[in-house]
Amino acid sequence: MDWSVIAEYYPRLLEGSWMTLKLVILSSILGLILAIPMALARVSESLAWNGLPRLYIFFFRGTPLLIQIFLFYYGLSQFEIVRESALWPYLREPYWCAIIVLGLHTAAYVAEILRGALQAIPRGEVEACRVMGMTKPTMYRRILLPRAFGIMMPAYGNEVILMLKGSALASTITLLDLTGMARTIIARTYTPEEIYIAAGVLYLLISWLFMLFFKLLDRLFNRHQMV
Amino acid sequence: MISEVIADGLFEGFTGQLLAGTVMTVKVTLAATFVGICLGLLGASARMSKFKPAKYAGDAYVGFIRGIPELLIIFLIYFGSTRLLMTIASWFGYNEYIELSPFIAGVIALGLTFGGYATEVFRGAFLAVHPGQKEAASALGMSKLRIFFRIQLPQVWRIALPGLGNLILVLMKDTALISVIGLEELTRKTQMVVTATREPFTWYFTAAVMYLSLTVVTTLILRYFENRSRRHERPVARTMKAAGGA
Repeated sequence: MDWSVIAEYYPRLLEGSWMTLKLVILSSILGLILAIPMALARVSESLAWNGLPRLYIFFFRGTPLLIQIFLFYYGLSQFEIVRESALWPYLREPYWCAIIVLGLHTAAYVAEILRGALQAIPRGEVEACRVMGMTKPTMYRRILLPRAFGIMMPAYGNEVILMLKGSALASTITLLDLTGMARTIIARTYTPEEIYIAAGVLYLLISWLFMLFFKLLDRLFNRHQMV
Repeated sequence: MISEVIADGLFEGFTGQLLAGTVMTVKVTLAATFVGICLGLLGASARMSKFKPAKYAGDAYVGFIRGIPELLIIFLIYFGSTRLLMTIASWFGYNEYIELSPFIAGVIALGLTFGGYATEVFRGAFLAVHPGQKEAASALGMSKLRIFFRIQLPQVWRIALPGLGNLILVLMKDTALISVIGLEELTRKTQMVVTATREPFTWYFTAAVMYLSLTVVTTLILRYFENRSRRHERPVARTMKAAGGA
């Protein structure tokens, strides 16, 4: 094994790591924004409200991420309406396409996590809100959503780590994230073991970074329970 | 409109390709599940071992698997195994070129991933079996191995089944990644059909529907086994219901 290639190429690997970080952070934000209304509709008991989120979640959780990426990146060009729309310049870009698909994908999982958290809030707290005369929007904004974020934080942290692993698939649509960069370097140096191991170590470091971040966030959201 | 295209596709012979790919997807899933369950049991025993090096090795294994993308593991096994295998083979005097097939590499890589997560599932299940059971068995004079197979495993199995089921569903979707190293499973076959037809949305959507069907069928099978694994509990529930209890 020739470890000097890592010393030579680590700036490129860091570049790839930065791309991976951007993908994960932007798609997580997009996913969370989409997941909140979806989870709220999903907890509704009427089929008119929960039907569409259920179908969405069923599709995005039941199919491989790779298929979803291909479906959007290659598939959408089949429709002329999409190609002529204002969004096309973005959808055509692997970068934006990856962020959008990763965001849509994670939204389905986060919506389910958030739904679980909303349903785990003790009934008494909801009843207390009602007794205080809160309207439904106020109740969700002030009490239920902050409470649900606290409950879901450990599961949400896991989901973001899974997204970090999923972001490696962006390399299949020519994006130079950490995995894509590793492949590019290997195509030049023919040292797969060294470079893939180096990339794996970087992924581990990034995942530890996220774990630490979510531990802090967990403390922030659940500080009322700390002794 | 899309449904028309799909219906036409039924007579184009491409669907046959997709079905062949689906069979391969099922095969890889089964093989990797088997490898993963063996690794998971090993990993769980290692993590619960009193022998420190084994415990640390188990912890490290789970830590690595949780933080490294499956795709990278597949690449590492497929492209990185050649040199390792040839070195080992040369010790035995075999000096020809060796390469893992995409199938074997994929099964090893996804089996490793499955095993890492299964380690946690099994560990939780082992800890959920009351220690008194093990003590009672050893008081009866059973050997450690016999306690494991006769007392612990049958109970662990039941507790671990829902967790393992989820892992199988995740694994089945992850098999799509093996298409990247050229295994002709459902995703790879779909890519080939797309190249021939130039109808990416139609065919990737068809593939998505096939994965969805696989997910649904797997869920039903898993539910059957879960119910079966709980059949010793059922009479109790039934009497409680009859008595108007909880």
